[in-house]
Amino acid sequence: NSETSNHSFQFEIHFKVVQSPKFNQHQHFKMLSTIARRGRQQLSTSISIRSASTSTLIIAEPTNDASALAPSTLAAITAAQKLHSGPITLMSNQPINPATVPSSISHILNTNQTDSLAETIAASVQQAVAAKSYSHILAPATKFGSNVIPRTAAVLNFSPVMDIIEILSEDTFVRPIYAGNALAKVQSTQDVKVLTVRSTAFEKAEVDGSSASVEDLHVEPQSMTEFISANVSKSNRPELSSANIVISGGRGMKNGENFALLEALADKLDGAVGASRAAVDAGYVPNDLQVGQTGKVVAPDLYIAVGISGAIQHLSGMKDSKTIVAINNDPDAPIMQVADYALCEDLFKAVPELTEKV
Amino acid sequence: MKILVGVKRVVDYAVKVRVGSHGVELKNVKMSLNPFCEIAVEEAVRLKENKGAGVSEIVALSIGPKQCQETLRTALAMGCDRGIHVQTDLRGDYMELQSDAVAKLFQKIIEEKEKDADLVLVGKQSIDSDCGHVGPMLAGYMSWPQATFAAKIDVEGNGLLVERETDQGTETIRIPKLPAVISCDLRLNEPRYATLPNIMKAKKKKIDTFQAEDFGIDLEPKNKVLEVFEPPARKEGIFVDDVNQLIDKLRNEAGVIP
Repeated sequence: NSETSNHSFQFEIHFKVVQSPKFNQHQHFKMLSTIARRGRQQLSTSISIRSASTSTLIIAEPTNDASALAPSTLAAITAAQKLHSGPITLMSNQPINPATVPSSISHILNTNQTDSLAETIAASVQQAVAAKSYSHILAPATKFGSNVIPRTAAVLNFSPVMDIIEILSEDTFVRPIYAGNALAKVQSTQDVKVLTVRSTAFEKAEVDGSSASVEDLHVEPQSMTEFISANVSKSNRPELSSANIVISGGRGMKNGENFALLEALADKLDGAVGASRAAVDAGYVPNDLQVGQTGKVVAPDLYIAVGISGAIQHLSGMKDSKTIVAINNDPDAPIMQVADYALCEDLFKAVPELTEKV
Repeated sequence: MKILVGVKRVVDYAVKVRVGSHGVELKNVKMSLNPFCEIAVEEAVRLKENKGAGVSEIVALSIGPKQCQETLRTALAMGCDRGIHVQTDLRGDYMELQSDAVAKLFQKIIEEKEKDADLVLVGKQSIDSDCGHVGPMLAGYMSWPQATFAAKIDVEGNGLLVERETDQGTETIRIPKLPAVISCDLRLNEPRYATLPNIMKAKKKKIDTFQAEDFGIDLEPKNKVLEVFEPPARKEGIFVDDVNQLIDKLRNEAGVIP
């Protein structure tokens, strides 16, 4: 890598250091620096040591509330801890207060570009890996992670593994295929594993404060895409992906106004409201409420499916819930066979009664 | 504008898959055009029908066994102008041919056969491998702008305005200049049924066939599938008689409400 300007040259020399039991990494570095210094003269050299050890870079999920890490980021941190015992770096495009970060994070990178466009994030990761090598690059398996990780993997020339639900070792993972009707145990053969992890499959890491200092990562702006505006649903209820209780409505709700019945129950139980694809397509509720193969995957302690028939694609988004309740006046609806407790009753009678008595 | 659309032949969405000894059983299973690829084809055809977009040609691309020709004929019947079949018998449902190889094949087709492609439309994910990689990976390899989970695409000057789905709702991004890659989500459009006259016309449209091995790409999976198994079955549930019994069970048996 060389640039010429004003007769000065810059070279990067990469040494692959094979750890010798006689010297530690610091001593290796000192030896190489000495060689570099002696060879300097009009040349300036920078040494980049690629060690054989492991290290993970996590791309934090952008949040509206920068005072805390997103639940999906905390789940990704737990996943990272299962990979190996090496250092974990957190990269964010928002300012991070180390007190709000789990202690397992040893380095924090704050990028200067605040947008979350895939081109920007991929360039940020490229910058980060130019400065330091990582064996693993991780993001939550959200729409954000699904947008940025494949592009990032491609620019680094790796093949990503997405939506991991179990980590068996630093190179072996389990991920769902066919809408979760089959699970694949997969082993990555690459030097760097570029991954996304399903948030519902990992506990949120405890926020016990990190002693890491925040390092600035300078990234050049990109002009391939521009962010224009966001259309965000606001709610006082818990966030759907991380709520402990979810009440979802389907086509049986008949219209958007009737979702008020589910909202009342959700408020009583301090839960979130979700929906099937049918309800979203019919315009009853906005798309970010959709639970399913192409919507959000949730795994709350309690999932109540109201007026939902239970198509394969919906089931794939909620079948890992601890307890599933179905309220439907059709005893033959597929969801009734999946539910732990099925109530075959008119939802317009059952839901208000449940809200009142619970 | 020339549009390249990816179309994948996958297990039909309504099929309940069974796990065999070597992955999911595909023998005698109904196969169809991936629903999100269908949405991509529909969007390409709508862009062509909208004279203001200036679409000159839509080329459908499918990678897989010889039956992909049927998948291509469906795309042609919906309104694509011609097809490209990259033949391979490697399994495309994550088992053998994986997204990095697929995206690189797309790249080769663009660089060697369709140099003037302005827009690549693909589905946001295929319902067999559920990866959603090809669109953004291709954009990364080509250093092209990307817009994933597109819910609305508008032509604006030399570029596009795309409304895309996010975790919190939607966002609008601008792609000032083509070429670009867009992956299509559920709400982008509702695909048309091919009419009989169009199905007949499609039989005469051209499909070029190439062999996947001839492009000099490493087709081996970088992520080896060691095993495919069924998820653990849930414990069987019960019917409850009324709301009172439901509350009792939730409170005292499941322990999920106070």
